[in-house]
Amino acid sequence: MSTPRIVVVGAGHAGFHTALFLRSVRWAGEVVLVDGQTGLPYQRPPLSKEFLAGKQELDDGHFRPQSFYRSQDIQLVGGVRVDAIDADARELQLDGGPTIEYDELVLATGSRPRVLPIPGSQLGGVLTLATATDAATLRSRLAGAEHLVVLGGGFIGLETAAIAVTAGKQVTVFEAADRLMARAVTEPMSRYFERVHRSQGVEIVLSSAVTAIEGDRTGVRAVVTADGRQHRADLVVMGVGSVPNDTLAAEAGIAVDHGIVVDPELRTSVAHISAIGDCARFRTRYAIDQPTVRLESVQNATDQGRFLAGRIAGAGGKAFDAVPWFWTEQLGRKLQIAGLTSGADRIEQVETGADHFSVFCYRGDALIGCESVNAPRDHMRARKELAQAHSAMAGS
Amino acid sequence: MARVTFIQADGSRDALDLGTGKSVMLAAQSNGVSGILGECGGQAMCATCHVYVRADYLDRLPPVSEDEDAMLEEAAAGRKTNSRLSCQIEVTDELDGIELGVPEEQVW
Repeated sequence: MSTPRIVVVGAGHAGFHTALFLRSVRWAGEVVLVDGQTGLPYQRPPLSKEFLAGKQELDDGHFRPQSFYRSQDIQLVGGVRVDAIDADARELQLDGGPTIEYDELVLATGSRPRVLPIPGSQLGGVLTLATATDAATLRSRLAGAEHLVVLGGGFIGLETAAIAVTAGKQVTVFEAADRLMARAVTEPMSRYFERVHRSQGVEIVLSSAVTAIEGDRTGVRAVVTADGRQHRADLVVMGVGSVPNDTLAAEAGIAVDHGIVVDPELRTSVAHISAIGDCARFRTRYAIDQPTVRLESVQNATDQGRFLAGRIAGAGGKAFDAVPWFWTEQLGRKLQIAGLTSGADRIEQVETGADHFSVFCYRGDALIGCESVNAPRDHMRARKELAQAHSAMAGS
Repeated sequence: MARVTFIQADGSRDALDLGTGKSVMLAAQSNGVSGILGECGGQAMCATCHVYVRADYLDRLPPVSEDEDAMLEEAAAGRKTNSRLSCQIEVTDELDGIELGVPEEQVW
């Protein structure tokens, strides 16, 4: 019998860690990691933080050096797009025509930034931030910009705004909702970060609709809001959410629903194909008000990679169950989130000092999450309590 | 440059001459030391780069921040008085000769 082969598509946090953990649980088959980008796989969080601020270079963000892939016998196939999956033949069609067979296939295809469907969104000075290439472009264009406009007051947009304002740029953030980071945090936390950004000179325009971007092929001049006003801009960053890369799966007949649908063991609807990370949609008890979720986070990608490596190597029979957590850093404030706080019916704010506080979120009597600013002990306590509450529930 | 020795739970040793300026976690990963996961990339969010520091080097290290302290409390292998997160330690000449024990478990 030939050696079994696992092929992982996508070398972001989820795909890379699947390969790493397969080796650390001593899985002896072949491991092939296919990615559309060239170069060594790398961390995403620093791109909108240390790298953008000029405190780190792209090489510093590699997960591991080239020698790691050799010593761990992980075949890294970079710069290659996967055109199709033939689930019956258990093979992938790569661009240029070659095929590669698999025994187990892991889809870790990630997500890509959403682009607003407005006139001018394809202009030269309109950027999104997801890859190392995006980040390098943004860093160099930001250096020569004076007026940065950020579309979207979420994590990526606000981290970018924070670094730009610190670098002395004039920054305006347009957010469609009536508060910042509305999908991710509670209202008091939104208001806190709104005050912090404003106090540092970031202009924030809530409940706003940007209807067009003006400029030419080389750059932008202004953005236009629904009230007809023009706002000067020489660089625009779009941070308006992301969409899962699930087309490859859908074309192969795998069930998708704004993400690749997976069961509690992260299997897709088609045998021998699993999906993890940003692209996967799954049920979790940590989500109180949504039947399924898709989580875009380092924690989720890494934990799902670890779970899947264990399952493939033989530790089957249990459901994926990891407490979601997230973090962002803006203007010297570290926000840590444990659990999923959407759906809370009661919140309790606990201050432990100026700029040190937590918002504990409850549904009935049960803690569902905690948002902490510069309060890491609260964060860790909440993570632990959520994990324990969950295992108690699972055991009952 | 500093000679840093990583000692695995099974007793095996990796002695490395590390350039200064980067964190011990990143330097360990670049040199293929196993058991230093660093899943959060050095943000003191995950405690998967936990090490036990040879006691006579402890006072050469920067103080433990509140972030690091909170994470260490939950480290999978159990916190000892000489526990640190290697992402929070920068390689300096002063660390020459340091020995770091790598715990068997970095993850719950």
